[in-house]
Amino acid sequence: MKLAGKCHKFGNDVNTDYIISGRHKFKTLDMKELAKHVMEDLDPEFYNKVSTGDFIVAGTNFGCGSSREQAPLAIINADIGAVIAKSFARIFYRNCINTGLPLIECDTDQINPGDELEIDLDQGTLLNKTTGAVIAITPLPPVMLKILSEGGLVEHFKKYGTFHFD
Amino acid sequence: MGKTIAEKILSQKSGRDAKANDIVIADLDFVMGQDGTSPLAIKAFQEMQASKVFDPARIAMVIDHSAPSPLEGVSELHRQMRVFAREQQINFYDIGDGVCHQLVPEQGHVVPGDLVIGADSHTCTYGAINALSTGVGSTDLAAGIISGKLWFKVPETFKFILNGKLGEGVYSKDLILFLIGEVTADGATYMAAEYCGEAISDLSVDARFTISNMAIEMGAKCGLMEADDKTIEWVKKHSRKEFVPVSADADAVYAKVKEYDVSSLEPQIARPHTVDNVVGISQLGEVPIQQGVIGTCTNGRMEDLRIAARILKGRKINKEARLIVAPASRQIMIEAMREGLIETFIQAGAAVVTPGCGPCVGTHNGVPSDGENVISTANRNFKGRMGNNKAFIYLGSPATVAASVINGRITDPRQLLS
Repeated sequence: MKLAGKCHKFGNDVNTDYIISGRHKFKTLDMKELAKHVMEDLDPEFYNKVSTGDFIVAGTNFGCGSSREQAPLAIINADIGAVIAKSFARIFYRNCINTGLPLIECDTDQINPGDELEIDLDQGTLLNKTTGAVIAITPLPPVMLKILSEGGLVEHFKKYGTFHFD
Repeated sequence: MGKTIAEKILSQKSGRDAKANDIVIADLDFVMGQDGTSPLAIKAFQEMQASKVFDPARIAMVIDHSAPSPLEGVSELHRQMRVFAREQQINFYDIGDGVCHQLVPEQGHVVPGDLVIGADSHTCTYGAINALSTGVGSTDLAAGIISGKLWFKVPETFKFILNGKLGEGVYSKDLILFLIGEVTADGATYMAAEYCGEAISDLSVDARFTISNMAIEMGAKCGLMEADDKTIEWVKKHSRKEFVPVSADADAVYAKVKEYDVSSLEPQIARPHTVDNVVGISQLGEVPIQQGVIGTCTNGRMEDLRIAARILKGRKINKEARLIVAPASRQIMIEAMREGLIETFIQAGAAVVTPGCGPCVGTHNGVPSDGENVISTANRNFKGRMGNNKAFIYLGSPATVAASVINGRITDPRQLLS
């Protein structure tokens, strides 16, 4: 699986309230509508800035706070290709795997706003095309990789009716 | 090699010899969803082509985040939950019943040694009664109510040994804010927290819930305590389920251990806009307050209301400030009425609202205006959390909130307790 796009950079401790505010998320299950408000409390223009396949890049503890799955879903529906961070909060991490949003754990100090990035999930590498740096990615455990590669937990359950791992 | 509480519970529930960092599929004792997460789970349940839940008695859905509904869109989502709950015959708590994290233990759904998931990040609350309970998202919730199982990464454990006793006017909220300030918002990420020591034994079960509730604010998966006589008495009063408490082995392996003496701790305040931005109240400086909130899954229990009422009795809220009180459940509201606490709040000038999450989570019931300072007993002070990203949220104990709305500025409650 290969991904390519531009970096939109944020800091540490980006919580799920910032990803999608409680003001919006309780109102609707229309994720295209929620996507318009993604990251709005940190950057009101964010939704209009991103192109299909672009990446959210952040520091440590991305996705901390509330368990709202609307957070990865709003990111997916804003056509973001993946979230790249130094570390993730655990509920957000699970929610990404379950909803099929690729998450990349790596050293993001080597990525600047606007850098063009290319990710090879099978090889476990991230190439910063702007600077030429090749950055190693922390590999996903097999259970998570299986769910993610099947397109998320809904697809897994459609196929097996329960949890099914070798 | 011995095991931690988390390793023991996940071993029992998975039928494997589970050690930290293993991935296991484990049986769930109870599964909970609220109105911010259940509608998406119901959608996933349908997409997964399921027709029946694994066991209706072991599932609850709670309408608490927007209760009663402030908007048409929310009303429709609530309707979907009511229909699903009726069709599947699961436990269902509607508007006014209370906050999920009060209801699940109060109604006897969870006992020591249980493995519980809830589609709400503060599900870690039940760790105070020795249950491994953790927050998940909506798709995990759907998988849990279909199969009665979930995959878990067995967490490493961060042990907190808390010696000494808290002083007068200093509470479990101050203790957990202090610890979060010490280890920071991601200090325990992916880990189980275990809290033990004299300071914990000394606390009531109500006060212990406050500590486990905020384990997620240091990134932890769960906030576990051992079951002592107080726990067992509390659980037997609320539940008829049989249980076997789970203790850590003496030679259990911990990823980290921190030890503190809490006897000289002063009231603590988390400043905007992160929970780990904590300072002792004497170091805070002058902060005028326009709104106070007492309630939430962190601090809306009887002991919290009694502490606040003790300070508010016979006093009036400052003209420049407002106070919102939301008891954590219907049962607590009734008990507080019987004890005269609700009358004390109303006479002091508070607005007492329906048990629920509204004022904490920004859905309704007290959205602050631009530039206002709020002091709340809640567990989060993120920018925009209460519905306005230009407001400033400070967190403290119920006593600190009560004292602060009387003076119209953040106040050390010990000044009003003497």
